[in-house]
Amino acid sequence: MSAVMITRKVTRKWEKLPGKNTFCCDGRVMMARQKGVFYLTLFLIIGTCSLFFAFECPYLAVHLSPAIPVFAVLLFVFVMAMLLRTSFSDPGVLPRALPEEANFIEMEIEAANGNVLAGQRPPPRIKNVQINNQIVKLKYCYTCKIFRPPRASHCSICDNCVDRFDHHCPWVGNCVGKRNYRYFYLFTLSLSLLTIYIFAFDIVHVVLRSVDSGFVNTIKETPGTYPFIRVLVCFFTLWSVVGLTGFHTYLISLNQTTNEDIKGSWSGKNRVQNPYSHKNIIENCCEVLCGPTYPSVLDRRGVMLEDSTSPNPSDASTHKSSNPVSQTTVRQHFL
Amino acid sequence: MSSAPRTATERTKLPYCHESFHNLQELRHSASLANKVFIQRDYTDGTICKFQTKFPSELDSRIERTLFEDTVKMLNNYYAEAEKIGGQSYIEGCLACLTVYLVFLCIETRYEKVLKKISRYIQEQNEKVYAPRGLLITDPIERGMRVIEISVYEDRGSSGSSSGSSTTSSSGR
Repeated sequence: MSAVMITRKVTRKWEKLPGKNTFCCDGRVMMARQKGVFYLTLFLIIGTCSLFFAFECPYLAVHLSPAIPVFAVLLFVFVMAMLLRTSFSDPGVLPRALPEEANFIEMEIEAANGNVLAGQRPPPRIKNVQINNQIVKLKYCYTCKIFRPPRASHCSICDNCVDRFDHHCPWVGNCVGKRNYRYFYLFTLSLSLLTIYIFAFDIVHVVLRSVDSGFVNTIKETPGTYPFIRVLVCFFTLWSVVGLTGFHTYLISLNQTTNEDIKGSWSGKNRVQNPYSHKNIIENCCEVLCGPTYPSVLDRRGVMLEDSTSPNPSDASTHKSSNPVSQTTVRQHFL
Repeated sequence: MSSAPRTATERTKLPYCHESFHNLQELRHSASLANKVFIQRDYTDGTICKFQTKFPSELDSRIERTLFEDTVKMLNNYYAEAEKIGGQSYIEGCLACLTVYLVFLCIETRYEKVLKKISRYIQEQNEKVYAPRGLLITDPIERGMRVIEISVYEDRGSSGSSSGSSTTSSSGR
């Protein structure tokens, strides 16, 4: 037991992570830096739904069924939960290589390239792997100093390599990758349903009121022009969100990412086919939506073990390794 | 039991086991890090987590090929179990979706359970197989599941052994 009392605040690993992410709640929440559009998304969803609950639901509950607002509330809760889960979770960020690993990879690259004559450009750093009888090129990331795993890509906005990178979505304020893709898909799907639901019942509400008291009177009675603003918002949201949901349903059925689709990686030219697809729509959907919940490899809330406390003469362990990286590794392993 | 060989020449006569490293604690106290070997991922079956079983040449004189391959194959089996898409993962996925993923606040996911098993397995392998040979395996999750890092330790030599040996004899076995 060491007699030295450590009274400093504990430093957690998220405080030292490279990359352009912001962290909240002591590392539990991880988002991109620009969050403005995310706040707009929240405002639109919460705003539209509040107006629906305040002005439409009382009328519809009485005149049609109380189940209508109940279902709307459940759908709203699901949408918000999926949005927050997508926005706040780690999308599948790959940590940067530690110095020893980076050096090891550099030595392997130099060994593979042989001697490059002075003045000649060194060959591009690419590794070829064969996946299901298809040659896939793995590119080297100069920022993270690793060969990117298949389907990973470097997000320039967040400055991280993300596994199974789909795209960076400003609406959710985060990257969409391996760990949060299903939440993103469920968010767009449930938001489409919510938008259609609100749109439909707005029209039903206006129609019912018009039947009761005439169309012109309805416009005068209902508070301001709220229903019409909402109908307008819903109409535009509908086309974009439903379209996005349709697009992602198509991608899931083919087991492709947005990134691969945009780059045309598996477009079929040069007889290149998607090696990750099971060639069966059901299996592809099951893999993406019902696959295992991958853990985060970032360890954001792990405690950083710093070596700056004054060593107790009887405690021999602090004197041993001078390399702080290996000291941390050794201690983490033993403790 | 005969005293442990302290000089390098005496140790080279032993096939693979460096008697000076008895356990993990002694490895920490009396050894210094010489080198690190990185076992890369094997992507031939797709993006599932699997490591190459190719035996690295740097470990040639330190450990038997079969022991190393067994460790890596066992790890690959664990990861395959964690990432298996079947009945259990469907049930877990559907249940989680219905409860808006709040169920994961109460129960552990299958992947997390397997990761704990892997961590225990690596600890056990280090204690029984690798530390006696002056090696140490780092759990791949600490390296972003990209590599299995194997640290190669060298004994500090006879100059450092005077304090080291007194520690050894006092700690006992």
